[in-house]
Parts: sequence; structure tokens; C-alpha cells
Amino acid sequence: MTKTSPDAAAVGTAATPAAAGAPILSIRQAIKRFGRSPVLRGISLDVASGEFLTILGESGSGKTTLLRLIAGFEDLDSGEIWMGAERLDRIPAHRRQVNTVFQSYAIFPHLSVFENVAYGLRAKNTAKPEIPERVTKALAMVKMGDFAQAAPAKLSGGQQQRVALARALVNRPRVLLLDEPLSALDANLRRQMQVELKSLQREVGITFIFVTHDQEEAMALSDRVALLRAGRLEQIAPPREIYGEPATAYAAQFIGQTNLLRAEVCNGIASAGSIVWRTFGASGTATYSLRPECIRLANETGAAAFADADVSIVRFRGRIRNQSFGGAMDLIEIDCGDARVIRARIAKPGVLTGERGFEFVVNDAVRVREEEPD
Amino acid sequence: MKGGFQSGRAPLLRAYAFLVYAFLYFPIIVLVVYSFNGSGVGGFPPANWTFDWYRQLFSDGALWDAVLNSVEVAAVAVAIALGLGVPAALALDRTNFPGKALFRRLVLLPLILPGIITGLSLLMLFVAVGMKLSLVTITLGHGTALISVATTEIFAGLQKLERAQEEASLDLGANHWKTFCRVTLPNLRVSLIAAGLLIFTLSLDEIAVSFFLIGRDNTLPLEIWSRLRRGITPEINAISTLILAFSIGMILLWYRLRTRLQRGDESAAPLVPASIEGETA
Amino acid sequence: MYSRAYKAGVTIPPLLWVTVFLLVPYAMLFCYSFWSVSPAQTIVHNWNLQNYLQLARNPIYLQVLFRSMRVAASVTVIALLLGYPLAYYLSFHAAKRKDLLYQLVIIPLWASYLVRGYAWKTILGSDGVLNGFLQYLHITHKPVEFFLYSPFAVIITLTHIYTPFTLLPIYASLEHIPRNLVEASRDLGSSPWSTFRRVILPLSLPGVLAGATFAFVLTLGDFLAPLLVGGPSGIMISNVVVSLFGAAYNWPLGAAISFCMMLLVVTMLFITERLEKRLAIS
Repeated sequence: MTKTSPDAAAVGTAATPAAAGAPILSIRQAIKRFGRSPVLRGISLDVASGEFLTILGESGSGKTTLLRLIAGFEDLDSGEIWMGAERLDRIPAHRRQVNTVFQSYAIFPHLSVFENVAYGLRAKNTAKPEIPERVTKALAMVKMGDFAQAAPAKLSGGQQQRVALARALVNRPRVLLLDEPLSALDANLRRQMQVELKSLQREVGITFIFVTHDQEEAMALSDRVALLRAGRLEQIAPPREIYGEPATAYAAQFIGQTNLLRAEVCNGIASAGSIVWRTFGASGTATYSLRPECIRLANETGAAAFADADVSIVRFRGRIRNQSFGGAMDLIEIDCGDARVIRARIAKPGVLTGERGFEFVVNDAVRVREEEPD
Repeated sequence: MKGGFQSGRAPLLRAYAFLVYAFLYFPIIVLVVYSFNGSGVGGFPPANWTFDWYRQLFSDGALWDAVLNSVEVAAVAVAIALGLGVPAALALDRTNFPGKALFRRLVLLPLILPGIITGLSLLMLFVAVGMKLSLVTITLGHGTALISVATTEIFAGLQKLERAQEEASLDLGANHWKTFCRVTLPNLRVSLIAAGLLIFTLSLDEIAVSFFLIGRDNTLPLEIWSRLRRGITPEINAISTLILAFSIGMILLWYRLRTRLQRGDESAAPLVPASIEGETA
Repeated sequence: MYSRAYKAGVTIPPLLWVTVFLLVPYAMLFCYSFWSVSPAQTIVHNWNLQNYLQLARNPIYLQVLFRSMRVAASVTVIALLLGYPLAYYLSFHAAKRKDLLYQLVIIPLWASYLVRGYAWKTILGSDGVLNGFLQYLHITHKPVEFFLYSPFAVIITLTHIYTPFTLLPIYASLEHIPRNLVEASRDLGSSPWSTFRRVILPLSLPGVLAGATFAFVLTLGDFLAPLLVGGPSGIMISNVVVSLFGAAYNWPLGAAISFCMMLLVVTMLFITERLEKRLAIS
């Protein structure tokens, strides 16, 4: 599936695959303020060579600032950024082996597509004969081979974006930064570009750092997701892990949907109102994340709450508050008393009314930290 | 003020506005009309329609010398003002440094300070260093006074520039100087031309500062001024009309360029949705 | 991301030039104001406050100064009275022709000062167009003298020249007023006049302030219009300065007056800036 096309080979892998564990980029305690407001409050993370890393976060989380720090358009207030064995943050932007695909594409309107893509090569005084070949191959890789002489003004948004991509990749950067490149595209084009970007990254093998606020996009594309919240790194993990084992309540809610059960844990029993289950966690108050799709309809045998030999299944009862059609699964709102409303996603449940029993596997209730940002 | 909001009524207001326009243009119209008046500069009604005064103009050597001087001075003044106004605008738009507010105020001061103060101060400077008054001193005066105009115009143009393009150029490996030459300047083209036109026109008409820095050679306004001392003649009406025509043409051109810049060059921007604004982190 | 070299490159050249050709000259002006002129017509560097004392005590200078301020105030008030309604008309009523009408305001602004001053000279003179017109209509039988070579002529001329200066900032601030504020005011039952008084006028004050400052400051420092149309009774403070640098040859005294003027301008700018900040909507 990962065939290396001749185009990709010409663009080339940027670096020889590093020994496992040697990160290509290392950010250490990055702090950045704008005036008096802190935007990044001490971010540390390592980026593995050849990986597709997504920096995910909402507006104001610091994700674009982090990207701009790596690109060199902002300066750190404190902390370090290392690329391999050298301090990246000491090098001016135009000398970093990093290229950026901008959110607005930033195509030069006064130059043709060809000249746009050739821009970086010319800036670094690449040998003249080499330029047309590399440019053509880069354009072919993004499927814009026929547009070499076109004027950027005549291109659609999607086409401009491909040109921006080619313009960046032709320089064989060690790391490619993408600043929400798909947010300007309509839904269909966006999905198509997601697929293309992913396979492109596999082909050229360059490390991609992708910034977005769209968690679905992050889940779909990434090898790892770094979730940023108010200038801090909330969690960094592969998509399945960050989804199935969120570290914090924020992570659990930001990515996908979840129910947050605030429970009292005492002697190995967690109780959140009428929902009770066995747990190994420490005693005290704790928050658990339970994803809606983990909840099933229980068999209506009249069994009571947890009087069950199989302690791995947790049962509870509740009144159906609302049921709405949601395509593959219905969204059911369950009123469990004490103003607790649990949301469940159940496939083809039929029409539900009154009080019903529900159940879930105990391991699906994931204990998460709940913290307020300062 | 009477009148409904955007209702198009409010005839009183409209009449008043018309009167103000009439006041603004009345002297200009009189000037132009009387430049064709055979019976001289004043009196009413104008009679004897003639081109004589214009014909006299064309054989007036001293006047054309002054015109040439003015053009030379204006051209160099444009170079000075833009040459210093562009860096000043970049400094104000891009960078942060201690004393930036003071810098801005100093650069923009000649815009509001009466010309006499700038003119006299420069006179003192030239006297102190022993520089003889001439077209050179006038040029230096114009250039200095007009830096503020250049800075203001270029600053406005820089605001319209898509910053990401310059970042992209740096990102791709071009250093600041190359980026300036290959990306910033081409995008500033319209602003530069507009600013140049405005500065050129202002320099041609400049009299307050020039008054104190004049040497042996006259610029056009100063030449007209010295003739005024001797008495007013319709010939002056004629040259004034020509000056007006030229200035108005330049000003209209400047204005068109400016508005084209503000509406945004259609050929420039890619699709950028509104959701991008406000994303600061 | 801008290196020290870049920052230096863009700030130092203009800063250097402005220091040499603006700061140093202003400083020289300041210094000169403390010197005096010897009977032998040379400048004596004997630092003293004589010039300023002379200004404060000598009634002639005070008289001219007050006349100049009266003229400046008159010009400012008339310019506001002419400029504000027109700006308002442009901003709120001119929909279709706004662009054209705006250009029509810009043109006199930048068209030659000298030409416009000269135009008034030909209109107001005893042989001028106005007198000719009045005689033609048999309204008067002899030329009216006071049109020209009087403070009246100076005021008219300077009003004509500086009204566009006043209009533009007012127009800009009117344009800045969000239209939905006006709509909300009408929606809540406020009449057009009341809306103007309670919403539009207060919000346009920064522009009014700026326009008024322009008119006042520039009129005070004007010496050309008095020379053209003012005559002996129309002399303003800047003409005194001009003659002190010319025939009357007393550079230090002239410098003292100029410096006072400069102080006044800078102070006014400072005050209006503060006021504007407080008045402006963020």
C-alpha cells in the first residue's frame, strides 16, 4: 500500500530514518507571552521522525503560536526548541529546514504557479538546471502538473492549496508544518484532501506537524495527537489511545462525546448516584468518562442494580427523557435521578419509553483527572 | 441636523451641503473664468473672451525656468520622502522597540506643525552649517516635510498586505532583504505610486517651507509669489488655472489608486473564510 | 522574528534623517530664543530670557497674538459649521454619489494653496469680482474697501482653505459609527434629531476634535494669507515672525515667538490626543 512513486522519490525523504527514539524535533518548556497574556505556558513535547503529528486545540489554546514558533515567525520568551543536535530557536526563519503550508495559502499573486513552487529553490541558489525538474515533479505529486504556467488568481481554493503544498515540499524540509490547511475547503473537498494528505505523507516520509481545531480530522489523519488547552499540553497519544483512555475530563469531552460521571470511591466501590461499580482506584472523589456508544440496553429480567455474579458488567436504571434518530445509532437521554442525565448511543433500539435498564462494561468507565486551567 | 437617516429626504441639509460646495468651488471657478477674461482680473461681468493670457505664458521664459526647477525639486523630494518613508512605515508596522511612540510622533509632526516653524528651523540649520540657500536646501526641506505623508500612505498600504506572503517567503528560504524586494515591494506597487503622485503634487505647490529656504532660483509658487508683489495680472490667473488643472488631475489619479488599493486587488487573495479572523493562538 | 539587523535597518535611516533635519533644527530654534541681537546686527550668544519677557510685556505683540487667536478661533468655528453638516450629509445621506462627492471635497484640499489665496485676492479687491458684481447689480455704487486687506479677508480665505482639513476627520469618525447603533436608537423611539444629538454627535467628537485642532493650529501658524489679503490690519503673529527674520532682523525674538507657537501646538496635540482616547469607542 505504501508504494513509493517516482515523484515521491524525487522529492525524497528528508532524513535517513533515525534510530528509534531519536526525535526529529524537541520542544522543551516553551513559554510565550503576547504582552501580558501568556499564550504558551511551558509546553514540552518530542516529535518522532516521519510521524504525522496533529496539534489539536480550540481557539486560544496556543496551537498556532506553537506552530509559528517552530517556523520561526515568533520568538520564544523562554524554553528551547531543538532539531536534531542544534538549537532551532536560535536560527532565523529563513534558514530553518522547516517549511509551512499557510492557512491562507499565501501564494504569491504576482508569480506564476511554476515560479511560486520554484521560489524556495531560487532563494537557496539551487543549480538552474535542477529547478524545472524538481518543480515539475512536485507539481505532479500534488496533481497540479498541468497548471505550471497558470496565474494563481485563476485557481480555486483547493488548487491553490495544492500549489502551496508543492511549494513547501519541493524544498525537502525535515519537517512540514500545516496551519489548518483544510479549514477553508468545503466538507467534501476537505475529506478528499485529508485522504490525499495522509497518503502523501506516507509517500514522502517527511514529518508532518498539522494544526487543527477539528478533532475528527485529527483522529483520522494522525499517528499521534497532541491536545493543547490554554497553553498547556493536555495529553499526547495515538488517536485510539486518546479516545479510549483520555487522561482528563477535558480530553474526554473535546474528542468525541462522553458522559462525565462524578463518583465517590470508597473501598473499591465507585458510586455515581444510582450507578455503582467496582474499581481499583484510590478512595475519594473521582471523575469517570463513559462514552455513549459503550452503553447497551440491559436484558429486562428485573435484575436489581449490581446483584450480579459477573462484576464486569455494570447495570443501572433510568427514565427515557429523549430519543432522537442519529443515523447508525439513536441518541438516548436517560434520566437517572439526582439531575443526572446519561447520554447513550444505541443501534436500532426500537422506540423506548418509561423506565429501562442499561448496562456497560466496567472498563469502559475511564478515570480521568479534572482540573481547571489557571 | 434635520433629516431622516438615509431616507434621502432632508432637503434643507442637501441645500446646505450644496452651498458649502459652492463656497469651496466659487473662487476656483472665478479664477478659471477670469483667466479668459479680456478686460483683466476683476470687474463684472467678464467679457472679451480670449486666450491672450495663455499665449503670454508660453513665451514667458522665467516662468518655465521656475517650472523646471519645481519639477526637479519635486522629483528628488519624492525620492527622499519615499526612501525614508518606506523604512519608517515598516518600522511602525512591523517592529516593536522602546520609544516607538515617540518615533511615530516625530515622523508625523511636520503634518500638523505650521510650515513656518519647519521652514525657519531648517533655515537656522543651514545657516549654522554654512550651507548657501538654493534649490538644494528647498529640496531638503520638501523631502523632510513630506516624509510624514509618505509614511502615512505606505503604512496604509502595508496594512493591506497579506503578512503571510512575507512569512511564506522567509519560510522558503529568502532572507529579509530578498523578501522585501521580491514580495513586499511588488505588493506595495500601488501604494508607492499613489504616494509618489501625492508627494510630487504637494511639492510642486509647496510654498510655506520654501519661503525661507529660497536661494537664487525660484520654484513655481515662489515665482508666482514674487510677481504678485508687483501686482496682479490675468497672466497669473492663467498659470494658476494650469496649475489647478494639473493638481486636480494628479489628485484624482492618486485617489483612484488609493481606493483601488482599499477595495483589494481582485487578483490577489485566495479564498479565506471569516473564521480565520480571531484565531490568535 | 525580526532580527536586530532588520530593526536597525528600518529605524535608523529615518531616525537619523529626522534627527538631523527636524530635531536639531527645532533645538536650534529653542537655543536662538535665548540669544539676542547686537546693535551691529550680529547674533550674540548671551543666554537670557529677554525675548520671552519682551513678548510677555510688550503690548504690540500681545495685541497681534490675540488678534491671531481670534482669527484662528473664528476660522475654526466657521470651518466646523461648514464642514460638519457637509460631512454628515456625505456620510448618512449621499449613498449613491458618496464617492464622487468625496472626491469633490478632496480636490480643493490638495489644490494649490497659493492659487486659492490668489483667487480670493482677485475676488475681494476694490477692482475685484465681488465689488464688480455688487456694482453691476447696483447694490453699491463705490467699491467696498473692507473686503480686502482686513481680518475679514483673512478669515474668509483661511476658512476656504482649511474647511476640507476640518471636514475629513469628521467624515472619518462619522463613517466609523456602526449603523446599527443609529438603527437601534430609532428603533427605541428616538427622533432623527434626538438620535443625532444623543448618538451620532457624541460618537463623532473625536473627529470634531481632530478637525478643530487642524484648523486652529494651521491658521495660527499661517503667514501667507495675511500677506496676500490681510493688509496692515490683518497682520497675524506669524507675519511678525517673518519680518523678524527679514527686514526687522531679530532672529532670536522671532525664534522665541516660533518656539512659543510650537509649544502651543504640541500642547494642543497632547490634550486632544488624551481627549480623543477618552471619547473614542474601542
